[in-house]
Amino acid sequence: MSGMATPSTAVHGGAGTPRHRAEEVPRSERGPAPPRVVVTYGFWLYLLSDIVMFAAFFATYAVLRTHVADGPDGRALFDRSKVLLETGCLLLSSYSCALFSLAIDRKARLASYAMGGLTLLLGGAFLALELSEFASLLAQGAGPQRSAFLSAFFALVGLHGLHVAVGMAWLVVLLLQIATLGFTPRTVRRLLCFSLFWHALDIVWIGVFTIVYLGAFS
Amino acid sequence: MSRPATPTASEVPEGQMEEAPGDAGDLRTGLWKYSGGLALSIVLTLASFWVSGTTAIWPGGVPVMLAALAIGQMGVHLVFFLHISSGPEGTNTILALAFGVFVVALVVFGSLVIMGSLDAMLPAHP
Repeated sequence: MSGMATPSTAVHGGAGTPRHRAEEVPRSERGPAPPRVVVTYGFWLYLLSDIVMFAAFFATYAVLRTHVADGPDGRALFDRSKVLLETGCLLLSSYSCALFSLAIDRKARLASYAMGGLTLLLGGAFLALELSEFASLLAQGAGPQRSAFLSAFFALVGLHGLHVAVGMAWLVVLLLQIATLGFTPRTVRRLLCFSLFWHALDIVWIGVFTIVYLGAFS
Repeated sequence: MSRPATPTASEVPEGQMEEAPGDAGDLRTGLWKYSGGLALSIVLTLASFWVSGTTAIWPGGVPVMLAALAIGQMGVHLVFFLHISSGPEGTNTILALAFGVFVVALVVFGSLVIMGSLDAMLPAHP
């Protein structure tokens, strides 16, 4: 039985479960990391750089939030109950996206479609609420051209909404890829990246509703 | 001795053992973890909305409370949904995250300090 041992097991004593072996072989001798780890780490770096970009928009908003040019300020414009509803939609879509990734891990096709569809639906509800808010602001004459505060507001919240919209388009493409290509390692990695992206958007939204919407009332 | 080796546990690809951001583990653990994250997030979100509208606490403390709740909720998301852990497998992820947080803080607080100081030194607005 031990005649067929691979070099690494031979060096490290052979018998043992995979977990034992992983602990015994030093990291430097384990060879390159598998694609799953490399891909998600690379995507993690992209997400962090995306968040750094958001930081610039947050900084702009924080600097300009009091510069309303004698126009309406956040307290007069924002509707907290609508924001709570938006937050609920995005939070639940984050949860359904997490369940989506569990379904993908198990290659459960039906559950994947259900959870992917639910994520899409909740993301769509969030976007619809946000667009209706933008429409009502524009109808009140509080468009981005009204004041520096509103320019910064539309840039920051609009950028987040754009990310959500792009994420939804990405999810549609991925669901189509499950339908046509199945759960190949490559599609599974893409789906994993998507779920990271979606959770990161929720983290950015925490910053948005705290600084933009709740900050206006305190 | 020369019979072909049957697939055994020791032939599982090593990659299966590495942890990546987004890995959830088995189904039951994953469900519990995600549901716990959702519950914590809901509590923290409702707390944020309550704090922003309440008169029960000193007004000067409200922004501090909001900041604390937001940071707490981001932490919940990172741990429960993005599976960021401080274990030995997560070193690279944590290092990248720490650098990201550093740059974000530098950009936001740096802008506020510099623009605030410029604003104070400029002549009064017309």
